Amino acid sequence: MQFEPIIGLEVHVELKTKSKMFCGCPADHFGREPNSNTCPVCLGLPGALPVPNKKAVEWCIMLGLALNCRVNEDSYFERKNYFYPDLPKGYQISQYAKPFCVNGSIVILGTSRARTPESKGADAGVAQHDEGQGRGKTIRINRVHMEEDTGKLLHSDQIPNYQGPKDVSLVDFNRSGVPLVEIVTEPDFKSTEEVVDYLKKLQLIVRYLGISDADMEKGSMRLEPTINLKVTESVSLSRSEITSEGVMPGDPALPAGRSSIDSGQGVLSAQARMTDEGQNYWKRKEVSYTPLVEIKNINSFKFVKQALEYEIKRQSEEFLKTREQKKAGNKATMGYNEAKKMTVLQRSKEEAHDYRYFPEPDVPPMHFTKSQISNLKSQIPELPEAKVVRYIRDWSIKETEAVIIVENKNLAAYFETAAAEALQKDYPVSKLSGVLVNKRLDFANLNPKDLVQKLVQEKEQETLKHEELAEVCREAVEQNERAVSEYQNGKKESLQFLVGQVMKISRGRAEPQLAASVLKDLLK
Amino acid sequence: MTGLNNLTLKEALEGITNGEFSGRDVVVDCLAAISQRDSKVRAYLSSVSLDEINSIEPRSDSVLKDLPLALKDNILTKDFKTTASSSVLKDYKPQYNATIAEKLIRAGAFLLGKTNMDAWAHGSSTETSDFGPTLNPWDLTRLPGGSSGGSAAAVAADLCLAAVGTETAGSIRQPAGWCGVVGFKPSYGRVSRYGIVAMASSTDSPGPITKTVWDAAFLLSILAGHDVYDATSLPDEVPDYTARLNDSVGGLKIGVPKEYFEGVENGVSQKVMEAVKQLETLGCLVKEISLLDPKYSIAVYTIIQRSEVSSNLARYDGIRYGEGREAFGPEAKRRIMLGTYALSAGYYDAYYKTAEKVRTLIINDFNRAFSEVDLIAGPVSPTIALPVGVSRGQSMFGEMADVLVEPSSIAGLAGISVPCGFSEGMPVGLDLIGPKLSEELVLRVAYHYEQSTEWHKERPNG
Repeated sequence: MQFEPIIGLEVHVELKTKSKMFCGCPADHFGREPNSNTCPVCLGLPGALPVPNKKAVEWCIMLGLALNCRVNEDSYFERKNYFYPDLPKGYQISQYAKPFCVNGSIVILGTSRARTPESKGADAGVAQHDEGQGRGKTIRINRVHMEEDTGKLLHSDQIPNYQGPKDVSLVDFNRSGVPLVEIVTEPDFKSTEEVVDYLKKLQLIVRYLGISDADMEKGSMRLEPTINLKVTESVSLSRSEITSEGVMPGDPALPAGRSSIDSGQGVLSAQARMTDEGQNYWKRKEVSYTPLVEIKNINSFKFVKQALEYEIKRQSEEFLKTREQKKAGNKATMGYNEAKKMTVLQRSKEEAHDYRYFPEPDVPPMHFTKSQISNLKSQIPELPEAKVVRYIRDWSIKETEAVIIVENKNLAAYFETAAAEALQKDYPVSKLSGVLVNKRLDFANLNPKDLVQKLVQEKEQETLKHEELAEVCREAVEQNERAVSEYQNGKKESLQFLVGQVMKISRGRAEPQLAASVLKDLLK
Repeated sequence: MTGLNNLTLKEALEGITNGEFSGRDVVVDCLAAISQRDSKVRAYLSSVSLDEINSIEPRSDSVLKDLPLALKDNILTKDFKTTASSSVLKDYKPQYNATIAEKLIRAGAFLLGKTNMDAWAHGSSTETSDFGPTLNPWDLTRLPGGSSGGSAAAVAADLCLAAVGTETAGSIRQPAGWCGVVGFKPSYGRVSRYGIVAMASSTDSPGPITKTVWDAAFLLSILAGHDVYDATSLPDEVPDYTARLNDSVGGLKIGVPKEYFEGVENGVSQKVMEAVKQLETLGCLVKEISLLDPKYSIAVYTIIQRSEVSSNLARYDGIRYGEGREAFGPEAKRRIMLGTYALSAGYYDAYYKTAEKVRTLIINDFNRAFSEVDLIAGPVSPTIALPVGVSRGQSMFGEMADVLVEPSSIAGLAGISVPCGFSEGMPVGLDLIGPKLSEELVLRVAYHYEQSTEWHKERPNG
């Protein structure tokens, strides 16, 4: 029996616009006095009306474009109706039928640099795995839509120095109405590594766009994976078991739950016929799926990996025990308990939610012209993946180093300024990248120009050292005639002895590898 | 009665300008009238006390010169109880003013009090108010109509100089018609909805209820305009709507849809047809036209309005505002249930989506009509004011009473109810409907009609 995880991701990103999604309150809610950033609109008071934040809409579309989405020229907000105490209007303004952006893609586990335009076109809409060829895997983005965040519930026992009535829940509406972008993938992930790589890439793109800090700890990036397992088993039946009456329901040769087989021949004719050591076997691949599980309350990439790995184990064990399969109505919602390192059931047999979506009458539909969309596209800065490709192509730096550099937006900017300087000073950029990645430099107090200046000087000093090294090597050769003759007679280990002597004479200042090559030249 | 409360806005403004009296004097007379007669009419849910007048700085140089106005109780007034006639909000004091309340206060209005309405504006009788019905000043055994029945009755009974109501489908024009006053329903988006307890968001339109067309034009000039707090408000410039009331109406084409006279009481039809003849006398060209049967609008309106209501009332979830959901009256509960059902998975396409499509057909139907005529004339209501008690047990009462104003409401058009005579001693209203943003034209024709008749001078108090 083979278990293969199928994972899809919903990621919420809070935008760092100045004001909230539908009112003028500050969007920055982290660490503020509860209910200090509120107004009639985000409190959902009677008569209050939402007015959409243009910047937030533009940023949502920019993110969609950065994720290769198609922008819907006609789009609108809808009301998602449900009750929860942190939702003051009784509905969340969200998008449903016409999200701003749809049908995107992102390449994970590698870059798309080796991809030709044709291969990219052929990949569109299909998840492909090309590991090992450095081409990565494409994850399909279903939609990128805009909505408003909810308030926050605080339970009295979790509030430090709380002195009010006991056992109550309090609501903080500072977060209510903060612009939230939801990025939904297709269920294209087959491993936790893929999930984490996707999340890192997405986080980096968001940060490069400058639209959010995408900080998991502060909750400005939130994850909700949905996972189940594809179970594949090969069921073998010998010829003798197949009678004219067919396979009977409840036949022990069949896995439990398969009772709908009316005629062995009829069913098997659709299956592959296989020959095994001269004996005829009918083998059938049977595929089933475990029930869907959505995991909430995950606040780090590490925990998403742990939670998913736990679920993979739990679901496979559960399946072996119960053989329960995915069906309408048995999707469960789990939370992740970091301390116990396990997922915990929150809601089982989830009722199919009916959010009664309908177009939000308070916000007129939106239309985006082609020129508005291309204008937004032109505002997208060079993204990390493009930078990696460019660094490798233009400056021949190592891919691993390029990847490390772009992982930090500020470091990449630093590197690019330094690289321009290095090119002027004839200093190899490929060496510069190595310095940036491997040495702990105090970037805040060392501007890129000074760094390159320093490196150029060090390089010049190295040339002087080289002459000194040659001198030391000659000394070592002269003082150790026996080792020299042994080496020249084929005893290779003697070279190591001579290198040791060089180190001794130079008091460890020489570079052993360099010394070895100088010695080799001398002893030719 | 010779009190200053009997004046029109125009007369009062002239009197103040001429130094005959002050806005405060008018306020005093209005409050006196309220204390004398409102125990019978019950137009107000709450009003200010005489003492409060002295605490207010006189603003005789302002546009409205302290003249007293009444607001329907779904219009938020800061720190002044706003209940939408529902027990759910029985003690609710808003934290902010509705945009239109703010505009009126800035223009120098003195807000006398808040008027009764059907709870949440769900109805056309003012009988479904959780705080008891308002009665028709012309006959206290009859209803004032609704949902802005308190505002219309207060204007008709001279308990204020003018009032503001809101119309979702007929809620300004129908009570104005039944109470014999002028009710103007602006185009959707012309007047801000910010700070008005939402009923059906895609249709709600606040507007003036006044004693004359000039007063309506004057108030509308203050109320109308783009509001940065209402994304559905229209950006178009607001003219002084009184400026061109005297322009000629000669040659304007008035369409009379035959479908709007089916099932209408004889007394009502007769008065409306006389009014149409009067328009002809004034130089308008009258033409019979055909519109979609208004009965389709009932279905469309019922579904869209119930759906939006079910969502708009969700915020009164029992956690805030002090009252639990059991405080909702039976009509609100019915509407919440029907709307919830109509929006449910599997029914959305059949109901809400289909209703939106038919709504588009109705809009197209009006557009077609307005390619032939400038305005459409018809009765406001199929009947005169009905007796108290008639709406009880009839959950579709409002829809039937408003059948003739629903199509233009769901199409977002401008319309006015002007008094056009009496049937069985009760007022009859003429409905003039114009295209979207034709406020000026509608008011001008209504003004010419009004000035050529004596109906607007009739008062229930004799």
